[in-house]
Amino acid sequence: MNFPILSVIIFTPLVAALILLMMPEDRKREIRVVALAAGAFAMLLSLWVYIQYLTQGLTGYQFVEKYDWLPQFGISLHLGVDGISTPLVLLTGIVMFTGVIISLGIDDRPREFFAFLFILASGVFGVFVALDLFMLFFFYEIAVFPMYLLIAIWGWVKTREYAAMKLTLYLFVGSVIALVGALAMYFTSGMHTFDMLMLETANFPAAFQIRWFLPVFLGFAVLGGIWPFHNWSPDGHVAAPTAVSMFHAGVLMKLGAFAALRVGIMLLPAGAKYWSPLILSLATVNVVYGAFIAMTQTDLKYMIGFSSVSHMGLVVLGFATLTPDGMTGAGVQMFSHGAMTALFFAATGMVYDRAHTRKIPELGGMAKALPYVAITFIIGGLVSMGMPGFSGFVAEFPIFMGVWQVRPWTAILAAVSIVITAAYIMLAVRRTFFGDMPEKFEGHIGPISVMDKVALTLLSALMITLGLFPGVMVPMVQSGVENVLRLLGGA
Amino acid sequence: MFSTAMLMAILPELLLLVVALLVLVMELVWKGEDGRKLGWLAFGGLILTLGVSVFVAVPSFGRPVFGGMIRYDLLGFIFKMLFIFGAAMTALFMMDSEKLGQRGESYILLITATIGMNLMASANDLIMLYLAIETTSIPMYILAGFMRDNEKSTEAGFKYLLFGAMTSAIMLYGFSLIFGFTGSTALTAITGFSMPMAVGIILLIAVGVGFKISLAPFHFWAPDVYEGAPTPISGFLSTASKAAGFAVVMRLFIGLFPDGQYAHMWTLTLAILASLSMTLGNLVALRQTNIKRMLAYSSIAHAGYALVGAVSLSELGVGSVTFYLMAYVMTNLAAFGIVAAFSRVAGSDEIADYAGMSRRAPGLALAMLVAFLSLTGMPPFGGFVAKVFVFAAAVKADMIWLAVVGVLNSIIGVYYYLTVLKVVYLYRMEGENESEHPITLTRPYAIALTVLSAAILLIGIVFAPWFNIASNAASNLF
Repeated sequence: MNFPILSVIIFTPLVAALILLMMPEDRKREIRVVALAAGAFAMLLSLWVYIQYLTQGLTGYQFVEKYDWLPQFGISLHLGVDGISTPLVLLTGIVMFTGVIISLGIDDRPREFFAFLFILASGVFGVFVALDLFMLFFFYEIAVFPMYLLIAIWGWVKTREYAAMKLTLYLFVGSVIALVGALAMYFTSGMHTFDMLMLETANFPAAFQIRWFLPVFLGFAVLGGIWPFHNWSPDGHVAAPTAVSMFHAGVLMKLGAFAALRVGIMLLPAGAKYWSPLILSLATVNVVYGAFIAMTQTDLKYMIGFSSVSHMGLVVLGFATLTPDGMTGAGVQMFSHGAMTALFFAATGMVYDRAHTRKIPELGGMAKALPYVAITFIIGGLVSMGMPGFSGFVAEFPIFMGVWQVRPWTAILAAVSIVITAAYIMLAVRRTFFGDMPEKFEGHIGPISVMDKVALTLLSALMITLGLFPGVMVPMVQSGVENVLRLLGGA
Repeated sequence: MFSTAMLMAILPELLLLVVALLVLVMELVWKGEDGRKLGWLAFGGLILTLGVSVFVAVPSFGRPVFGGMIRYDLLGFIFKMLFIFGAAMTALFMMDSEKLGQRGESYILLITATIGMNLMASANDLIMLYLAIETTSIPMYILAGFMRDNEKSTEAGFKYLLFGAMTSAIMLYGFSLIFGFTGSTALTAITGFSMPMAVGIILLIAVGVGFKISLAPFHFWAPDVYEGAPTPISGFLSTASKAAGFAVVMRLFIGLFPDGQYAHMWTLTLAILASLSMTLGNLVALRQTNIKRMLAYSSIAHAGYALVGAVSLSELGVGSVTFYLMAYVMTNLAAFGIVAAFSRVAGSDEIADYAGMSRRAPGLALAMLVAFLSLTGMPPFGGFVAKVFVFAAAVKADMIWLAVVGVLNSIIGVYYYLTVLKVVYLYRMEGENESEHPITLTRPYAIALTVLSAAILLIGIVFAPWFNIASNAASNLF
């Protein structure tokens, strides 16, 4: 048996969290070193998985591990990655590492902060690699609850308590409703297994699939920010500290979309076909409405939060087309949006730490003081607008092709969002980074640290690389999508 | 006449009796400050009893002994070990409790109550069962009212006594009906019910056991008693005593009405009571400002969750209840232990006074995080798996509505458990000078809370062995 790399990836953050909790509280320097080392280690492992998957034939589930956990109930720790989850594992590794870098300056109980952040990361890795339905839920919940503490303790004082509780309740409601659906699947299949690869072959009766698809899909999609259950998300983004916003928008929302695909569409394909028109419509609302609301925001973080709602709508839209193009685009979009939004939040955090405001009208001329932040923010903006040469184009173009094949007028409607996105991004860039710097900021905007630059560079490099060389990811996602389409009966 | 099986069947109880007598004798030697040593003695004795019993007295198959009075089977054994473990932890929590920890009587009463619970879990005859219930209840009445000069404690003891006497009389009336109509008191021999009488019996017994497990609408005593009783005793009441009630629920109802229309009747009755209990417990818990009262309502809600497994009337159901109780006993003991440790130094049980606790005692706050997230039902803690199993049992029994009620209720739970954690981690003490008011843990608290937190994690992550034990035990009933 090979080296159990996926288990190591899951447990690295968890072990790091335990080590951190056992360290003395006042050794802040050592705590940061341990956190940085664990983050770097997990990122390198996930990069290794990605490269291996890319070079060793793009098919099926790789790095598969299976340990019986509760055989009597058919629960096993069954792990493996396919073409859709491999990029997400890499994304998680990168966001975790950059998140740690950005948070090195946290001074209030850094030990607990990093420990909770790592427990969260552990859960996220777990969901992406779990091939067992029970384990998927297990990790999913682990990924949800540290959010509460991270936002409530280290968040933005004005809204943190409200936002943290709202987020937790929304996500918990969604996941437990999906859990009932999962239990129904378990007993209806009569196979006494939670193994998703086995459940895929269960051939649930059509009526059953139609009844349970919506609760399961929407239950997870709450975390993907699907309209009308997206309301927790911008509040959460805004209240969270920078690293947590990065994690939240960059990775956690993908968790929802991924689980909705993995459990909803792949296990209940007939239900997916039946309900896809409804999901398409909901996601279209997400895309257009999210963009419009983002346009009206004056708080930079709220703007990015609603833009996330809009972009995640594209992901769900792509999945709901059930076409090869749409789903491939959606898979790439998850990665592209993850990197982009993490970059946005990191850059915004750096501006806020110096200017102590995120109100767009109050800012201005930041490009002079923070040129590096401005450049990377603009790169993120170009990705967000779907400019060719950046990852956003590679992702969004196939999504619109897929939607066009299914429902052309939806594609036209959703394409409106591209124009609006371009408008609000350019406005925000102009008002924040260009023009005259307000007098009160003169001389108060210090430079960013080298480590901050490393984080920004890493995230921008990802988006440019993917934009210039789509071949490093698109075929991989396609191979994963083929598997989904096989389950959908070649539709 | 007297076989080894008979000895093994009551070995834990015999050993407990020896420990109790030892405490009684040593109390004459260790006076005043030395009284604390009695706690170590009781703890050591209980753990030794647990060890010896697990080592030599595990039943290989279920059989009645002592003329059918007691059933010597795995289900009873597991519950006994759970009670003894709970008592051992409670003894640790009691040691540094004022006016409780240095007096031999308190430990003797604790051990006597444990003996009663052990017999409750293994009783196979209505008369034996009733005696066991009383053996448990009377020491618990005294312990609840142990702080004689504290009005709330006196009230707790008295209220518990009145409620207990009343409901046990009602249950006894149910037993007498059973004997009157069927002519037998042995659980396995009772047959031949007829329609109106069966309804009456089910309701009368439901009142008795409903009181024991603090099921709504027989829960009114619980908040007052938990609040007034010494905190370690509240912890014991809400865990071991409740688990003993569940052992009786499963043995009585499944033993008396294993299938047919009567089975349908009692499962439906208890399912309705379970939903009522979950909903009421959770909703009222939302409004509490005293942490002991909040935990009391939360434990009413947890009685409902656990009952969801019991009414599924299947091996999976009983196994899941047993598993649920294992996780719940560890979790709630820890929760009450933390409350005891906190109020010993801070002198308050108000949730608002927990502000700044994570800075005053980071370790204690972490233990609280573990216990409360387990109560919420979050992985990787025991409460998550336990909840999934009981809800799974309900879904399997085609009671999806009950699983949905349970699931929705656990969402309400998230709110108030997290609110407490928020106070602990987020808020600051008045003056923000937490470092001047540290909360130090004495050794017994540190040991017990470490063991319990580890157990909660162990049950939540490596759940297979525990679940296997629980479901093996469950097969004894079917």
